[in-house]
Amino acid sequence: MKELLDDLDRWRSAGTAVAMARVVDLEGSGPRSVGAAMAVTEDGEVSGSVSGGCVEGAVVVEALEVLATGDRRMVSFGYSDDEAFEVGLTCGGTIHLFIEPLDW
Amino acid sequence: MSTSAEQPTINQPLFDQLRDAIRAESPVALATVIEGEFTGAKLIVQPDAQSSGTLGNADLDRVVTRDARGELAAGRSGIRHYGLHGEAREGAVSVFIESFAPPPKMLIFGAVDFTAALARVAKVLGYRVTVCDARAVFATETRFPMADEVVVEWPNRLLDEVGSELGERDAICILTHDAKFDVPAVVSALATNVGYIGVMGSRRTHDDRTKRLIEAGVDEGGLARLRSPIGLDIGARTPEETAVSITSEIIARRTGRDAKSLTVTEGPIHG
Repeated sequence: MKELLDDLDRWRSAGTAVAMARVVDLEGSGPRSVGAAMAVTEDGEVSGSVSGGCVEGAVVVEALEVLATGDRRMVSFGYSDDEAFEVGLTCGGTIHLFIEPLDW
Repeated sequence: MSTSAEQPTINQPLFDQLRDAIRAESPVALATVIEGEFTGAKLIVQPDAQSSGTLGNADLDRVVTRDARGELAAGRSGIRHYGLHGEAREGAVSVFIESFAPPPKMLIFGAVDFTAALARVAKVLGYRVTVCDARAVFATETRFPMADEVVVEWPNRLLDEVGSELGERDAICILTHDAKFDVPAVVSALATNVGYIGVMGSRRTHDDRTKRLIEAGVDEGGLARLRSPIGLDIGARTPEETAVSITSEIIARRTGRDAKSLTVTEGPIHG
């Protein structure tokens, strides 16, 4: 989260709604550790990352939904071997994310 | 669970407290309910201060405060499961405890060419870097602008002052390769609990230094703690390459890996 602080400060002082996605658990191989974080604004601006670029697009969609509904949620992404267009980690692991509005 | 006193409040300043502690490099943990009645409820935990916020129950707060301090001391983050009142071996509430430990420290002794390159790479890896040399002419902030701190002092004297603060995640790199400075610096470094002690020098310098260290009373256990000559065997030549060799050795020591090329090994890359 440390690397996001400047962006978070800027967005908060501008009154922009922000959702935070944090890696809370990893199974198997994953490119980023537990604690990796990504922030998404209501305008779709992004800071940070939660994987090596494999799932960030899908996280933006989830984060915007969280902002729209206000509902915090757990989201998991795993390996998808037979469905080429499914979102997943190419390295074979599963990451579990907690996504919530930055309203605290 | 219906009394209003137990309801977590939406508390905007929690983020400010967390941010300020992270920026001040003061140890802090953030506990968040990720599954349970009060999903999203938060507690900010510090080693020596009262916790702020609540997870929805005072007993749960107390147990999580204790656990989060343990996780923070170990620099670990992860999910823990509790009963509604903090009972162990129950699963009504899942709490994600995220530790924000202060950055690890690297002390570099010797204000030489290799020092600037090592300080740069160490900064990339997130270390708080101190450069120390007894020679005021060489140990200047102008020569080492990337360091967090440049100290003109004998290495052993600096370690007498700050050695007790060093732990498993920290590193001491002795680049002086001059026995006059090396031997007292190594002896003082061995008196700390620092995780990594690397000492630069050619094979010949290393052999000579080992003799002098034994004369100075360093035993076999002490010698075995030293990485000397410093660094992994990657054929590094320039100061920058040497810095990569040293920092790679520090990472491999921490992870307990035998640092071969990925080409000739099997198993997960990020393990």
